[in-house]
Amino acid sequence: MFRFVARRLTGMIAVLFAISVIVFLIFNVIPNSNPAIRIAGKNANPELIARVSSDLGLDQPIWVQYLTLMKKIFTGTLTSYASAQNVTDQIWRGLPATLSLTIGAAVLWMVLAVVFGYLSAIHSGKFTDRALTILSLVGISMPVFWLAAILLYFLTFKVQLFPTSSYVPLTTDPLRWASHLILPWLTLAVLYVGFYSRVLRSNMLDVMNEDYVRTARAKGLPERQVRIRHVLRNSMIPIVTLFGLDFGAVVGGGAILTETVFNINGVGLYAGRAIGSLDLPPLVGVTMFGAFFIVFFNTVVDILYAFLDPRIRLGEAAPA
Amino acid sequence: MMLSVRDLAVRFATDGGVVRAVDGVSFDLDKGEILAIVGESGSGKSVTAQTLLGLTRAPNATITGTVEFDGQDLTQLDDEQFREIRGKRIAMIFQDPMTSLNPVYRVGDQIVEMIRAHRKVSKKEARDSAVDLLRSVGIPNPERRVHNYPHEFSGGMRQRVMIAMALALDPDVLIADEPTTALDVTVQAQILRLLDDLNRERGLAVVLITHDLGVVAEIADRVAVMYAGQIVEDATLDKLFYDPQHPYTWGLLGSLARLDQPRPARLAQIAGMPPSLLNPPTGCRFAARCPHEFDKCAEPPPLVDGDRCWLDPEDKRRLRDLDGRIGLQKGVAS
Repeated sequence: MFRFVARRLTGMIAVLFAISVIVFLIFNVIPNSNPAIRIAGKNANPELIARVSSDLGLDQPIWVQYLTLMKKIFTGTLTSYASAQNVTDQIWRGLPATLSLTIGAAVLWMVLAVVFGYLSAIHSGKFTDRALTILSLVGISMPVFWLAAILLYFLTFKVQLFPTSSYVPLTTDPLRWASHLILPWLTLAVLYVGFYSRVLRSNMLDVMNEDYVRTARAKGLPERQVRIRHVLRNSMIPIVTLFGLDFGAVVGGGAILTETVFNINGVGLYAGRAIGSLDLPPLVGVTMFGAFFIVFFNTVVDILYAFLDPRIRLGEAAPA
Repeated sequence: MMLSVRDLAVRFATDGGVVRAVDGVSFDLDKGEILAIVGESGSGKSVTAQTLLGLTRAPNATITGTVEFDGQDLTQLDDEQFREIRGKRIAMIFQDPMTSLNPVYRVGDQIVEMIRAHRKVSKKEARDSAVDLLRSVGIPNPERRVHNYPHEFSGGMRQRVMIAMALALDPDVLIADEPTTALDVTVQAQILRLLDDLNRERGLAVVLITHDLGVVAEIADRVAVMYAGQIVEDATLDKLFYDPQHPYTWGLLGSLARLDQPRPARLAQIAGMPPSLLNPPTGCRFAARCPHEFDKCAEPPPLVDGDRCWLDPEDKRRLRDLDGRIGLQKGVAS
């Protein structure tokens, strides 16, 4: 266990390092990305641009620029070129909204995916299965920005069922917090519900043919118990893997579209704005933050695996 | 009579047509008897066994005939009624003990789960019985082993766990579907001895499905030989080995390796392949492979006195004798 965690931590550092280098380099090869030119304004003379460049450290060799950036990230002093705001502060400020959005959506998508996948599998080939199949394909196919816009238009503008967008902190008013988040939760969850329920359905259909399911039935267990304790339980293992990846991604700024359309001031919206203004420091900051969450949840999932499947023992060589 | 099967037929509707996997199987199982059902792969023996317990659940399967047990016809029961039989009155063990236990639960919990599905006992009591059961099937350190997962057991030990679980509710009948096929020969012998002991000590009736005549000779009281979805011969163990009536049985016996005879250049085999069950021959199903086929064989032979062959008994005695031992045909080259 200890060796496993140590190995994963090393891997995490390597991944984060690689990501930081890639993001930094991409930014440097994008045309017209020189922030000094944009900061200096429309009619700036070369001297002004040079002065801004030297203020931002852009006249230094590229590897020095990289190291300076990293140093700022780790000391928490990274500031945006465009607004001079501290990046770490901005991410922290966006985190409650992002977590409210993503945790709620994740609960919703897991619950619905398990219910739909389960129903689909036990009624496989019948009407329920077909209806749910169509529904999940529709869910997978709908783009988030389109779905969000449609929901907003019909449910907050035409029929004023939900309040118009933006985020209300949980500590301010839990009820308003929830009512403002229902549509964003739904929007973000729809894609994953469709996808996960399809995966769960096919896992369950595979597991139903396993010998131990036949054994469970031969033991005289009630059919419900066979399906839940033996079929569903063993089908959940791959779902947990997917969840670790996807949840890490949405927490780390992957909910850009949802946050933007619903005007939720989270990490995703912050990243979206930074992309719009080609503002390097927030971009690197958010990317590192997102990468951290993805790697982190992956590690959590791997540890969880050992509990889900006792054949897996962490930190030992795999049996030949 | 414990179990009485009449005209059991299992058909699977497939894209290619209807597969008659089991086609009119009838047999009886007496109290305390060990009945072996022998046949090659695809002869319908495993489907027969699973159908007895209602485990043939493919949506494209049709089941006809009756399985009478304790005054009720098992083929008519719904899942909820069948729960009273499954595990409690008739238990079953399977071919591959590696995959027949759920890998994510401790073996003790899998036994406890079964006990508590049928009896209102506390977890503690159920666990104590699980320990006793594991001990009774010869698993060392049962107090410790109940907490192990299936992958921590060897193949033979897992089959013992399966048997322990099957015995949990003291059933009247055990259906063993190729219980030793996946095991080493020495472990095979141990498992067979265990089944034999259980049969003698508890009066447990056993339906033993196998393709191995060696296993049959070891413990069976009576043998039903299946070929292409039908029983072709049904006889006591002695009669089957020393006075077999059906040419297919002769072929099976002739193909055994014998330690008491000079070693042949190659083992005898039955020429040809079993017929497709999609369109089985209308007459005798073995006729195409039988060197003793004659015009009568175009009509389907009935099972009379445990024998499904048109040949005259006198002729049979003459035809099966190949220089003092039983066989189908001499020197068949493939």
